[in-house]
Amino acid sequence: MRSLKRKHITLLALVVLIAVAPLFFPSAFYYRVGTLMFINGLAVTGLVVLIGYAGQISLGHAGFSGIGAYACALGPLHLGLPPAASLVFGAVLSGGIAWLVGRPILRLKGHYLAVATLGFGILVSMVLTNEAHLTGGPDGMAVEDLGLRAALREIGISVRAPELWYWFSGLVLLAGAWLVLNLQDSPTGRALRSLHDSEIAARTVGVDVARYKLTAFVISAVYASVAGSLLAMMNRFVSPDIAGFLHSIQMVTMTVLGGAGTVLGAVTGASILTALPQVLTVFHDYEHIVLGLIMMLVMIFLREGLVPSLAKLFGRRER
Amino acid sequence: MKLLDSFKATVAVLAVAAVSASGVPAVADIKIGASLSQTGPASFLGDPEAKTLQMLVDEINEKGGIKGEKVQLILYDDGGDPNNGRTFATRLVEDDEVVAVIGGTTTGTTMAMIPVFEEAEIPFISLAGAVVIVEPVKKWVFKTPHTDKMACGKIYGDMKARGLTKVGLISGSGGFETSMREQCLALAGEYGIEIVADESYGPKDADMTPQLTKIGNTAGLQAVLNPGFGQGPAIVTRNFKQLNLQVPLYQSHGVASKSFIELAGDAAEGVRLPAAALLVADKLDGSDPQKAVVVGYRDAYEKATGKPVSTFGGHAYDAFMILVEAIERAGSADPAAIRDEIENTKGFVGTAGVVNMSAEDHMGLDLSAFRMLEIRNGDWTIVD
Amino acid sequence: MSELLQFVFSGVTVGAVYALVALGFTIIYNASDVVNFSQGEFVMLGGMTTVFLHAAGLPLAAAAILAVVIAAAVGIALNKLAIEPARNASVVTLIIITIGASIFLRGVAQIVFDKQLHRFPSFSGDAPFVVAGATILPQSLWVVFGAAVVFLGLYGFFTRTLTGKAVLATANNRLAAKLVGVNTNFVMTLSFALSAAIGAVAGVLVTPITLTSYDIGITLALKGFAAAMLGGMGNPFGALVGGLAVGLIEAMTAGYISSSYKDAAAFIVILAVLFVMPNGMFGKTSVNRV
Repeated sequence: MRSLKRKHITLLALVVLIAVAPLFFPSAFYYRVGTLMFINGLAVTGLVVLIGYAGQISLGHAGFSGIGAYACALGPLHLGLPPAASLVFGAVLSGGIAWLVGRPILRLKGHYLAVATLGFGILVSMVLTNEAHLTGGPDGMAVEDLGLRAALREIGISVRAPELWYWFSGLVLLAGAWLVLNLQDSPTGRALRSLHDSEIAARTVGVDVARYKLTAFVISAVYASVAGSLLAMMNRFVSPDIAGFLHSIQMVTMTVLGGAGTVLGAVTGASILTALPQVLTVFHDYEHIVLGLIMMLVMIFLREGLVPSLAKLFGRRER
Repeated sequence: MKLLDSFKATVAVLAVAAVSASGVPAVADIKIGASLSQTGPASFLGDPEAKTLQMLVDEINEKGGIKGEKVQLILYDDGGDPNNGRTFATRLVEDDEVVAVIGGTTTGTTMAMIPVFEEAEIPFISLAGAVVIVEPVKKWVFKTPHTDKMACGKIYGDMKARGLTKVGLISGSGGFETSMREQCLALAGEYGIEIVADESYGPKDADMTPQLTKIGNTAGLQAVLNPGFGQGPAIVTRNFKQLNLQVPLYQSHGVASKSFIELAGDAAEGVRLPAAALLVADKLDGSDPQKAVVVGYRDAYEKATGKPVSTFGGHAYDAFMILVEAIERAGSADPAAIRDEIENTKGFVGTAGVVNMSAEDHMGLDLSAFRMLEIRNGDWTIVD
Repeated sequence: MSELLQFVFSGVTVGAVYALVALGFTIIYNASDVVNFSQGEFVMLGGMTTVFLHAAGLPLAAAAILAVVIAAAVGIALNKLAIEPARNASVVTLIIITIGASIFLRGVAQIVFDKQLHRFPSFSGDAPFVVAGATILPQSLWVVFGAAVVFLGLYGFFTRTLTGKAVLATANNRLAAKLVGVNTNFVMTLSFALSAAIGAVAGVLVTPITLTSYDIGITLALKGFAAAMLGGMGNPFGALVGGLAVGLIEAMTAGYISSSYKDAAAFIVILAVLFVMPNGMFGKTSVNRV
């Protein structure tokens, strides 16, 4: 019963956050930052399944974001797909690739898994950079509009693009979080978490370890892909940076900083690391020093991530 | 809903109070925005650009501003990531409410930012090279550097004059280099140039001898062209000398700074490249219209920063001065009026050349803006 | 033939640098199970500090030695301030800490130094040696020679000295080493100092060839990490072989196949090797404890 309650708390917290935050927005710029938080939040929600539940690491998930983003850029151009279908196409493609690549890769452990996923991410970003005739090369390419705004205008609703994307990405994040939270309480979720605690113990009690790891990998790839698609369609522009190593690292950092074990923690991590660079602009040249320090300090003193560590701290006080 | 409205109003009041309390300058200031790649792979370009803008803003405010109104520069570092550039562009427009924006160090960040300014109707002067920024013409978008297509044309013209037609290409894999490589490939036929080899290297590669060996072994090779910036071209030049390749080496305008000669050392002897007059300020003829401008900027920059001047800082200088003159002519800080006056820029003498903009041309430079330079005895020599 | 030899020269020079970075990863990993993603920053610190001390008037040799000492001190500080307080944290947490450290060090470098490219003169001039039609720079020989000295020196240290044996014992089983009286805290500090110094040596040796700037660390850390994993994490010999292998694969791919996919080739080979040998070429087979 306890986890059921936690699920509802998480969803409620997200709904309140999404609905109330705009009251404090002085300008459309804040809607954009909010949207970026939700899109990053969606990607790390997927990583919660992989890192938090299944205990596997990936340093290459930006590769899947890249696939999702470029699906939206290339789908309408070369395959004649409407933008929304391109998003689905990208997600299916990412899931399929994750399924193919995941089978051999997930046999590796710890740092070996890290380097293999790293290699995968680099291969994707290299293809996107080098196949310039298809992808526009390192300078990137334009992406077709999703058409949401035009559709709304037809039924008589006029809304500015930043606000529309804020509400839209907020809804997608809610849906994504709801799915993962349901998964958590399902037999699959329990099997996954048993992996995290001890793979050997899980195997002994009859859990098909390889299958569940692969499931987690595919789920997280689809989330990263959809997040990439959303980002590309909001920016109406995409460049290979989205698939780069730094973006992969950023995704893992967001997940772990907030707390990889819970959706709320990971989304908090995503929000903080999205907003931080905007706040740090006041430090000008010292931006990187402060960012590096914050990452180190949080991880040293709040090892399980911000949200779980703080929750524990307050929990202890109450008792 | 009434409760919500009063809540909103309270928040708004608090926000206004917070802003006025934090000592933000008076509304009368002219706010100019910039998003540059001060860090990341293009920091080599973005760093001098940022330093130039800061220097010029200080300079102009000391002189009393533009028509008595101080200029406020709001500068962000996008790290070369287009997504960050897009966010900062939104911030400049929506939050900082600037009247014009300079920047986009790279073509990628520029292209990501353009839709924001087009929609918000804010004039935007890019510092990136690629031709796609101003072709086709976009109403609110301008640029100051020469295009990569012009650099290819200038280089091919020089090669043709020396009877060199079979050319090997070695380019970096970054945006600047890839874009220039494409332009050079497309333009080759027009000048009767044949590209006989086409190799590339990564942005942080340590050794290019394999690629150069391959190029060197190409039958009939008469010259090598290296579109690139940063350390790549310096390493290519050193490897070129190490392999003792006996054909002329051409670099691009991407290495147009004194530090290239320092980094490449003796190996740089005989290398040719197209560059703006800024690099050879002292060697310009006294009658040259650009002489006073480039000497002035160079001296000011080197005094302010203690670093040698580079073409890239020059692009920022041109952009800022074009903007200031446009604001003066417009007589107001209305973005639309500023845009119209930028488009009306005629006979502006900058570091890149003489700029004549029009409704059809949002860059306003021609090939004469480039000088062909050769490195002799560790210094630039004008060869055309 | 001369073509192949030229590619080998290129691959070995670059590979020797990767090997030194990989060795740095290995030493720290052995002592503490931490994969230190800020390893590349030590190479940067070695090169940049030498450049600036040399420019300030110090002779090159003195500047280089001082730079290595400073890097070692930074390594010790990293261990004491960031790694020791986080002892027993999970693998991912430690990775994020070291990535944070690398961002921090890069941030400091761009302020203390600058964002320009730098180089100092080669140790023995720039006149290349010609061997069977292929050329190699004297500085490349310095790099290869320097790497060899470091590896031999470490081999002697680990096999001949008591302290070295204590490090090896800690690597094998920290608890057991502690029980027989090894000061494992000291071993960890020593390992960080050693690995930072090795990184800085690589930076000093290679700067005349590859130039240096505040942000060269990321790429080197990536390649060094990959090389260490290819060879088998935890095995110094594996680091050597892995580094040279990655360097040679890159050079051969650039020379014979496609220069735009040379980095890809290195990672494809790494993936292929890991599929067959999940612990790298010379890695220990890991034992899962329940």
